[in-house]
Amino acid sequence: MATNIKIAIVGGGLAGLAAAMKIAEAGHEVDLISVVPVKRSHSVCAQGGINGAVNTKGEGDSPAKHLDDTCYGGDFLANQPPVKRMCDMAPQIIYLFDRMGVPFSRTQEGLIDFRRFGGTLHHRTAFAGASTGQQLLYALDEQVRKWESAGKVNKYEGWEMLSLVLDDHQVCRGLIAMNLQTLELKEFKADAVIMATGGPGLIFGKSTNSMTCTGSAVSAAYQQGAKYANGEFIQVHPTSIPGEDKLRLMSESARGEGGRVWVPKNQGDKRNPKDIPTNERWYFLEEKYPAYGNLVPRDIATREIFQVCIEGYGVAGENQVYLDLTHIPAETLTRKLGAILEIYEMFVGDDPRYVPMRIFPGVHYSMGGLWVDFEQRTNIPGLLAAGECDYSIHGANRLGANSLVSCVYGGFTAAPAAIEYAKNVDRKNTETNGIYAAELKRQQEINDSIAKNEGSENQYKLHDELGKWMTDNVTVVRYNDKLKATDEKILELQDRFKHISINDSNLWATQAIPHARQLWNMLELARVITLGALNRDESRGAHYKPDFPDRNDEKYLKSTIAEWSAEAPILSYEDVDISLVEPRKRDYSKGKGKTA
Amino acid sequence: MSADGHIEKKRLENPPQTIDVKIKRREKLGGEQFWETFSVPYRRNLNVISVLMDIRKNPVTKEGKETTPPVWDMSCLEQVCGICTMVINGRVRQSCSALIDDLLLATGNNVITLEPMSKFPNVRDLKVDRTPMFEHLKKVQAWIELDGTHDLGPADRMSNEQAQERYAYSRCMTCGCCLEACPQYYEDNYIGPQAIAQARLFNMHPTGKMNMDERLEGLMQEDGITNCGNAQNCVQVCPMSIPLTKAIYQTNRDITINKLFGWLKK
Ligand SMILES: Cc1cc2nc3c(=O)[nH]c(=O)nc-3n(C[C@H](O)[C@H](O)[C@H](O)COP(=O)(O)OP(=O)(O)OC[C@H]3O[C@@H](n4cnc5c(N)ncnc54)[C@H](O)[C@@H]3O)c2cc1C
Ligand code: SF4
Repeated sequence: MATNIKIAIVGGGLAGLAAAMKIAEAGHEVDLISVVPVKRSHSVCAQGGINGAVNTKGEGDSPAKHLDDTCYGGDFLANQPPVKRMCDMAPQIIYLFDRMGVPFSRTQEGLIDFRRFGGTLHHRTAFAGASTGQQLLYALDEQVRKWESAGKVNKYEGWEMLSLVLDDHQVCRGLIAMNLQTLELKEFKADAVIMATGGPGLIFGKSTNSMTCTGSAVSAAYQQGAKYANGEFIQVHPTSIPGEDKLRLMSESARGEGGRVWVPKNQGDKRNPKDIPTNERWYFLEEKYPAYGNLVPRDIATREIFQVCIEGYGVAGENQVYLDLTHIPAETLTRKLGAILEIYEMFVGDDPRYVPMRIFPGVHYSMGGLWVDFEQRTNIPGLLAAGECDYSIHGANRLGANSLVSCVYGGFTAAPAAIEYAKNVDRKNTETNGIYAAELKRQQEINDSIAKNEGSENQYKLHDELGKWMTDNVTVVRYNDKLKATDEKILELQDRFKHISINDSNLWATQAIPHARQLWNMLELARVITLGALNRDESRGAHYKPDFPDRNDEKYLKSTIAEWSAEAPILSYEDVDISLVEPRKRDYSKGKGKTA
Repeated sequence: MSADGHIEKKRLENPPQTIDVKIKRREKLGGEQFWETFSVPYRRNLNVISVLMDIRKNPVTKEGKETTPPVWDMSCLEQVCGICTMVINGRVRQSCSALIDDLLLATGNNVITLEPMSKFPNVRDLKVDRTPMFEHLKKVQAWIELDGTHDLGPADRMSNEQAQERYAYSRCMTCGCCLEACPQYYEDNYIGPQAIAQARLFNMHPTGKMNMDERLEGLMQEDGITNCGNAQNCVQVCPMSIPLTKAIYQTNRDITINKLFGWLKK
């Protein structure tokens, strides 16, 4: 049995840091590899909060209800046992963050305050000001820094994972990463590897994600034999702020406080919104859904906004609609929505208390990810995954504030599973001879060939094209002919990729080679998402096909599994464990579709 | 002022056709710095990041010379990760929240200058290495000592006011603006406002307080709190509006009290 265990963790967002903390605490050594300093990971973006059925509001909330809401919200595509374990653990997770010093907002009695979020009837979301993700990430960052000082965690920040090192039996023995300053490649030998690299939003060009969310590392693992599950399930948030560089989230609470969504009735109306009289405005959500109006569930709001823009009603002919708060007194808005309205003002320059906001749906979250079992183990022995990069928990649609908790749960579950595996792994064998050198060589050759390449294509323009195609055809509304065309487009882009020139003769700290590698990996993963969607002829959660508008449990109550092959992803389907909550029709229009 | 009492933001009335972006570049650590200017077509709603993205798609200078794409760091683009900090028109700030219209309005011309922060090792172009700042956090033990991460129930109750006061300090994203602006800080001679404010954050916490001595110890070294010259530049540039001078004041007071009564504990 092994004594000094070493585990490599790729990614230092909530999931990666949660795992690192647990492994160090158990007395083992961690190599923590991250593209950005871990304190700058994408998790800082989360504003809304973290779910846990603590039931301090006397509403009779419980982990069992949290489980039910999560399965129902996910349109029953999630395996239920891990969801139950997460919901059971959630209150403890929130208490632990409390002990680590997270400044959660408080009630007048000094307890942690909870707010209500989408997809539940309970106050279940703990929050810290308007930046919960930042606060939770910092708490873990601090604890891991303590372990770093104690010599248990070795951080490699500014290193990008390129590939896994697999032995002859397809067992994961570590990984290869690249130093982003020197472009030096290095092998990281490990008894087990945990991937916690976050989501793949950048495949869609612009999204609400950080610029590090390329999904590149996960795609590399997939190309080496890791199964990727439910790739086609991509959540699109109805209200984001279109920007030249990214889409910034506008919280659902803006509609919660009375915000109204509209477009001018005259297509391309160039007037100032304030000069357009009410009878020339089309409040399309209120018109189509008189009962719920602007507060229809996320996926419906998203589809409707998308549709009016496709029909040419977008403001100034562009992909944007108004989200209007100007009928509400400015003081009320400041009191209730101050922090989030400041974000709009900071980035757009208009004050939403006086000028209607311009918003559009934005790619937000990937429910799909690396296939894992109930202990967060992938199909490759020695490789585990946690956080947004794995596919468990959220099924076909994620509920607000459920991601942060799933990341921590995933990290807390992967850590002991990795230790357990590492204790029993056979390390003295000769199989690992030469495998690190061989993989290093293979990766170096890829770098060299990219550096040498000369051609007329610009990689950033190729990325723009990929993003546009994916956003237009593989997000809100999906048609099979367009999905097919998108796959052909991706193949064309892969072909053109061979003719990119990196335009950078100076290889020191160049971003051109890392980006080129990410782009290739994004193209590979884009095919998984697109073909997964093409193959699923039903509508479920975030996946909507007008030609197949209903959920089809008989045929598709199954996880999509993609395995890499040189020609195309090979898709297969796996039964979902629905042993705890019986599937029922998901219908928010009449309250929550409760079974007896 | 409009009819509804709202002071409308001043708009850029006659935007230029193009903007000139002057970038202070460096090929590698220790290399010479040099300037290059790029001409970028003006559009509404540009920020510094999107201008840099434009340039990287077509890295040709204003004079028509082909060059390398500029290197800079970016991640969240929402001013919470702190990575994209640089000196823009002479002022240190995050490039994601630097809107081109505002910059042009402020200067009245069409030139924007971008420089890397000057107080940290300059890796290449606009990219710097802020590792020292994370080391400072270790020195002040900016964390809470736990008995373990097993379930021990919630922490003590806390008033919302105290939680909010801590929240204000806890928003620090280690961006380095305060150090860039501090006249006392050069070549990592001083632990700086960031670390002092983080020490304060944990000294304020009921559990964190128990390790106050160790934290103050970290601030009493040669590079410690006495280096502060009270210029107060830090609070003015901090993008998260962290009460840095207050933290420095209160920590100084804690140190004095500690010195006076420290012998009692021995
Ligand atoms: C705007 C926004 C708001 C949100 N709000 C909420 C909310 O209120 N509540 C909620 O529950 N969820 C929310 N989410 C979702 C949630 O924030 C994310 O799903 C979650 O933070 C993901 O955490 P993670 O640990 O999986 O990965 P991340 O935090 O994305 O971290 C990924 C890590 O992997 C590293 N990495 C990536 N690739 C590589 C590589 N090749 N090599 C080495 N390292 C690599 C990165 O450096 C980083 O450290 C929100 C998301 C967005 C975009
Ligand atoms: S204190 Fe303010 S300026 Fe200094 S690092 Fe923190 S956020 Fe940046």
